[in-house]
Amino acid sequence: MTTPLMTARDLRVRFELPAQGLFQKPRVLQAVSGVDFTLMPGETLGVVGESGSGKSTLARALIGLVPASGHAVWQDGTNLIGLSPRRMLKYRSEIQMVFQDPLASLDPRMTVGQIIAEPLLTHRKDLGRDEIRLRVKDMMDRVGLLPNQINRYPHEFSGGQCQRIGIARALIVEPKLVICDEPVSALDVSIQAQVINLLGDLQRDLGLALIFIAHDLSVVKHISDRVLVMYLGRVMELAEAEALYADPRHPYTQALLSAVPVPDPVLERAKRIIPLRGELPSPMNPPSGCVFRTRCPRAEALCATERPELQGGGHLTACHFPGALRPEELSKAG
Amino acid sequence: MALLQIRDLNVRFATTDGEVSAVNGINLDVQRGQTLGIVGESGSGKSQLAFSIMGLLARNGRATGSVQFDGTEILNASPRVLNRIRAEKIAMVFQDPMTSLNPYMRVSDQMAEVLVLHKGISRRQALVESVRMLDAVKIPDARGRIGLYPHEFSGGMRQRVMIAMSLLCRPDLLIADEPTTALDVTVQAQIMELLADLQRDFGMAMVLITHDLGVVAGSCERVMVMYGGRIMERAPVEPIFAVPAHPYTQGLLAAIPRVDQKGDQLSAIPGSPPNMTNPPPGCPFAPRCAYAMPVCEAMPPLEQFAVDRERACHAPLSALRQGPPPQPDLPEPAAIEEVQP
Repeated sequence: MTTPLMTARDLRVRFELPAQGLFQKPRVLQAVSGVDFTLMPGETLGVVGESGSGKSTLARALIGLVPASGHAVWQDGTNLIGLSPRRMLKYRSEIQMVFQDPLASLDPRMTVGQIIAEPLLTHRKDLGRDEIRLRVKDMMDRVGLLPNQINRYPHEFSGGQCQRIGIARALIVEPKLVICDEPVSALDVSIQAQVINLLGDLQRDLGLALIFIAHDLSVVKHISDRVLVMYLGRVMELAEAEALYADPRHPYTQALLSAVPVPDPVLERAKRIIPLRGELPSPMNPPSGCVFRTRCPRAEALCATERPELQGGGHLTACHFPGALRPEELSKAG
Repeated sequence: MALLQIRDLNVRFATTDGEVSAVNGINLDVQRGQTLGIVGESGSGKSQLAFSIMGLLARNGRATGSVQFDGTEILNASPRVLNRIRAEKIAMVFQDPMTSLNPYMRVSDQMAEVLVLHKGISRRQALVESVRMLDAVKIPDARGRIGLYPHEFSGGMRQRVMIAMSLLCRPDLLIADEPTTALDVTVQAQIMELLADLQRDFGMAMVLITHDLGVVAGSCERVMVMYGGRIMERAPVEPIFAVPAHPYTQGLLAAIPRVDQKGDQLSAIPGSPPNMTNPPPGCPFAPRCAYAMPVCEAMPPLEQFAVDRERACHAPLSALRQGPPPQPDLPEPAAIEEVQP
């Protein structure tokens, strides 16, 4: 059996917010509360969740952009969490990131060539100038940019092209894992498809593993091998993409999927949306037991007292009563 | 006569890079009680079309043509005329509720102001009516929360406040510009359901501007697809999704991943949207179109080709049915060539 590329166990991120009064204790916001997953080499793990679910914080924790606790063990046995910046440097070339806002994540005063070459200057000090230029041009070609645009500036490119630059910058150091945080949500539909296809092609060609974070469940389904559903900092469900979309077990996943609009008037009008009661609770004061219970159409007394563990063979669910919601439960909701 | 009748509407902006034609020769009718979806990507002119109707164009924008609301010409009308029409007859809901609500004013003051100004009722009465409207958009504990400031509401609740505010004067037409784009899917579903209920209860017409074909499929009777400031296709919602008659509509539908289907490669539309300071001659979609022919250098007129269906395309329908011909590998970034540092 192959060793996982990364194994996360009990990963947590907490932010301390300033106290509201002079003599009050600082408030604690638990953005990620105990996330477990494994990622195999070459695999795509999709992470979905609504705003406030902690999905972006999870990504940032994995590459040390926010302080975290717990374990994120790389395939060589090193726990990346809490690693000193000097020791982390080695892993930063193995794990790269692509950000949401394509233009904001590129330095406006650097040329495309400089932007894409920068990771090489940090991580591959052994390479000469000519070799770097060659690699940059090769990478530009690979992501669908014209190599003769090497001296242009980011503002001269469209959003989709800027995202290609961001992808080229991530891939130039030949990482094993690329974490994409909402890489296509700022792009138009027709451009979004170009970038998704590009990521898929590159992954196949280079044997990359991807952690693909998005709020768009259709995009995640399209690109992922397995999907992890987050709610209020916790994993609700983790399964093969196919199985998760065909047979969602957690009531939250079911509600989320039912709300995704389908571009087909006949199906869209016939489908039943599972409404969620109330609003997302404050992450400062999450509900006891199962964090979803306050909005769940199936919640019982047990859900308030005991937190469900993530369990169940290949299709993992953190729910005391998993399974498809019945019609009478649907009418109870909302 | 249609509630909203637009004839040959053009919107141009004077910019330092030259004149930008955002909207080109649009004709459009919206009937009472009807829901029209306007679909397009960024730069398609869909929002500028709405802004020109409402008299909200930026200072460097100029609209020409005719916009008649209920028989009255309102394009470029004086602020006095527009202020009567806006809010009372036509209301608008914007994408970002935080930037369209006044952060310094309590919701109660913002809402009451609308009624005091337009209906001339007392503040006390206006507050009662405002609470009733917040109840209608299903804000829990409306009486208790009306005194809060906008930032004290969540994103979804803020959009409900915006909708409640726009409906205070019972408008005949609601223009919603990407009303759910900033919201999570579960909240989006609630807001779209709410809009449909309110529309039915109040008998309003609605123009829904969006890039999301799924949202259109769920809530619109008619759909108009825009690209490069022009109408590409217009039809009732079922046929346009079942048998799109324009290469752009076809491409757009093929480019979206779907939760309810399996698919490997998405059919992306190659290239980028046109640069509107220097639009391609003729059909704006031609440079990205798999069916493009020399004749596309001339803009095809929007023509009716079947009952209640119109399209602006030179390619024969039979060719579209067969699917796009095999594509030559287009050099990807063509649209930036004209920009020099």
